[in-house]
Parts: sequence; structure tokens; C-alpha cells
Amino acid sequence: MHGVFFACALASILAVALICVFLFANGVPAMREIGLLDFLLGTKWSPTNVPPSFGILPMILGSVYITAGAILVGVPIGLLTAIFMAFYCPKRMYGVLKPCTELLAGIPSIVYGFFGMVVIVPLIRWFGSRDVTGLGGSGSSILAASILLGIMILPTIIGVSEAALRAVPGSYYEGAVALGASHERAVFAVMLPAAKSGVLAAVVLGIGRAIGETMAVIMVAGNQARLTGNILKGIRTMTANIVMEMGYATDLHREALIATGVVLFVFILLINLSFSVLKRRKNT
Amino acid sequence: MDKIQIENMNLHYGDFHALHDINLGIQEKQITAFIGPSGCGKSTLLRSLNRMNDLVEGCKITGDILLDGEDIYKGCDVNLLRKRVGMVFQKPNPFPMSIYDNIAYGPRTHGVKSRARLDGIVERSLRQAAIWEEAKDCLKKSALSMSGGQQQRLCIARALAAEPDVLLMDEPTSALDPISTAKIEDLVLELKKDYTIVMVTHNMQQATRVSDKTAFFLLGEIVEYNDTETLFSVPSDKRTEDYITGRFG
Repeated sequence: MHGVFFACALASILAVALICVFLFANGVPAMREIGLLDFLLGTKWSPTNVPPSFGILPMILGSVYITAGAILVGVPIGLLTAIFMAFYCPKRMYGVLKPCTELLAGIPSIVYGFFGMVVIVPLIRWFGSRDVTGLGGSGSSILAASILLGIMILPTIIGVSEAALRAVPGSYYEGAVALGASHERAVFAVMLPAAKSGVLAAVVLGIGRAIGETMAVIMVAGNQARLTGNILKGIRTMTANIVMEMGYATDLHREALIATGVVLFVFILLINLSFSVLKRRKNT
Repeated sequence: MDKIQIENMNLHYGDFHALHDINLGIQEKQITAFIGPSGCGKSTLLRSLNRMNDLVEGCKITGDILLDGEDIYKGCDVNLLRKRVGMVFQKPNPFPMSIYDNIAYGPRTHGVKSRARLDGIVERSLRQAAIWEEAKDCLKKSALSMSGGQQQRLCIARALAAEPDVLLMDEPTSALDPISTAKIEDLVLELKKDYTIVMVTHNMQQATRVSDKTAFFLLGEIVEYNDTETLFSVPSDKRTEDYITGRFG
């Protein structure tokens, strides 16, 4: 019987190993052919031109901008929700609130995408229109994707930071209150700092989710492969780049898309690494 | 006048009647010990004196507890009350921050911002708690890196930094080794000059070593309250005698 368990355990390790091998075997040659610097720092992505150009810097920055935006939107809301749930919420309301935040995690990303297309994008288009601010833009933009992803990472942020806040010993709270601190001060000046590494871990997990998200982003981000810092303009992420072109790409173009996957994979590895470092620090 | 006057006090946890008709006067600048078997209500009474029982759901208190003649359960700011009535817990509970920030937490809570004043308060409190010599070179270090006995003295210093009149101690040495315990007992005797101290203890020797007055609790009642010397040498109640001679509890 032991053998069966061992084989099952091996399956997941094998899967990770195979994905690594496949990605690197197919992606690295393309990077070499294009030139690593030209690939990572090239600002022009026109794979079907003659001669083609394979610079993915716009997509890397697209992923970074949208992820940063999602963190700006999702972390304050998620963290304050977690604080509310751990220290303020009456029991009865908790019975409703907790399942709701968990449900948020179960909604398929395509449904989020529709929500973004139907609600967020038109709102931003209206905001940019001549009658309101005159900033322009079609609505499909960095801002739209950031808001949508910010909502999508809420369950991760809330779940992990609530668990971290609840893991702080109640004796810290008692100690603070016994010194004459109000509930607010005990929560924000003692409990929250004590849960710091858990909250950071929540943020890192949120980053991981946001950077890997594809479907919802494609539907609201506009997907233009360009360099822009204007949050009302559209942008393309690495994930979107792969999905949109994989269907018809051949040869070097195809390999360049896989190489984009390698870059994404390295990002995710770094994020997971920092997550486990944070977790280890919490345990000691 | 007594520093704290407890009159006809009853306490219920939901349906459970935890304290019955407590009447007790706690004298200023004296050490009062609460002794009794586990679950007799001594910690519960102690935690009523700075309203820590407010945190317990379903806890109801009737009767009066007067601090300097004022009822602490009527029209009194609970945060100011807890500033005046400091508390030290059974298990040392320093916050996971630096030694300095631990001590400064109380004063900062009550609006002290000036760095120079905070420095002064930190040094004075650590000296009062007899831990200055050990801590002065590592004020920036995490309080959690200290030993259990040091942590407990740090917690005493933290309580003193809020400038209380009364110090409540809930079995402050039960988690400590004998050497640390002796240090805390010496410290408590020293602090008596400036503070009114109420201490719950499981250790009867400790009560005889440090306290001036002792109250013996049994099943939520005060069986006997007297000078410590009298209570331990000529107890007037049979139950007290049985307990202090080790027949039960």
C-alpha cells in the first residue's frame, strides 16, 4: 500500500518537474535566438512583421501595472474587511459575511470578466467622456483591469489575513486593553503589527493570483501591446499575450509565446519563494 | 479610607453565580493577597477591579466597587480606569515589538508624544521594575527574546509606565522558576511604597512572604479576610484552617 501513496505523492512532483522541463526546453531556445535582452527589454511586439520583432517589455510592464493596481485596490479593502471580521463583526453577521467572501473565490473568472465588461468598463468610459473629465479612452484600460483584479484577489487577501489576525494570541489584546488602550488602539497598534508577516503573505499570494489571471483581464484590459503609463489606456499582459496569439502562432512566434510563459513562470516562482520565506519567518 | 471598597458585589457568568456577596476593603499602599483553590473566583474578582470582565460575554455584575470613593461601573471612562488600575498577567505577555516600544505603549496610548519624555518614562519604569541593568543596552531588541522572568518584569515595567495607583497581579510568578519568582517578590515588596497591590496567588508561602492582608476564597465567597499573619497563624474559620494546613485544595 505504501507504494501507492508514494506514487500519488510523486505524481504532483512529476507534474511540476514536467512543466518546468517543457517550458524551459521550448522557451529558452527562442530567448537565445531572439537574444535575451532584446526579448525582455524590447519595446516592440510585432511577430508577423517582416522582419518580426519580439520584445515583451510592454507585456511585462502590463502585468506589473495591472498587478500593482489590483494590490492598491484589493489590499486596503481586503485587509480592513479581515480586521472587521476578526475583531468587530457580531457573530450573526459573521455567519453571512464569511461565506460571502468565500463565495467570491468560487466565481469563475469569465463571470468576473463579464461583470467587468458590463459594469466597470462602461463606467470608466463614462468617466473619461467629454461631458465628465474629457480624459478619453474606451474604458477597456489598466484601471478597469486593476479594479476587477482587485475584487478578484479579495478572498485571498481576506482569508489569509483574517487567519493571521486570529492567530495572534488573545493575551496581547488583553495586555493592551489592560493598559487603558481602546479597542481600536489595541487592534491597530498591537494585533495588526503582530500579524504583520501573515498579512504580507496574504499580499504576496494576492500578487500571485493577480499576475496569473488571464480570462477576466483579456475582457477588460484592451490588450494593446504598447508602453503606456496612462491608466485610462488599454494594455496587454503576458497571460493575455499568450492566450490571444497561441491559436495561430507558428515557429519562432510560437516559441516566443512559450518563452513569455517562462518569464511568467519565473515571476510566479519568485513570488512563491518570498511567500514561503515569509511563512517560515512567522513560524520562528 | 480604603483605596478600593467592594460592597455587596455579585457576579454571574450567564447562569453561573461566580461570586456571592463580596464585601472587601483594600487598603492603600498595602499588598493584599487573594488565595484559594482553583475556580474559587479570586481571579474573577481581581479582573472585576479593572473591568477586564467586560470582555467576557454574559458577565453581569451587581453591587458596588468604589475606587477612591467613586463607583468604577457607573459613569466612569473604562480606559482611564485601566490606566489607574494596572494589571500583570499570569503568563508574561510582552507585545511582539521592541522593549522600548513595549514600555512606551501605555504612555503613547495616553497621549505622550515627546521623545525625551518617553525616554524618561521608559528608563524610570525599567528601573522601578529592577530590569534596567539587563535591558538598557538592548532597548531596541524584541521583548520576546528575553527570558520568562525578564519578560514578566518587563510587563510590570510596562504596567508602571502608564502611571497607575493600583497594580493587580494575577498569579504573576506561577509560570516562573524559583529565582525569577524571588526577584519578582522582592520587586513587589519594593513597589508597595508607591502602589496599592492586589495579588492572586496559588502559593501560600508567597502570600505569607509578601502580603499584608489575605483574603481566602472558597466557591465564590470570601471565607475569611484578615491580616496575613493572623490568617495563617490563628485562622478563625475551620475551612481556612483546613486549606492552609493542606487538607484540601
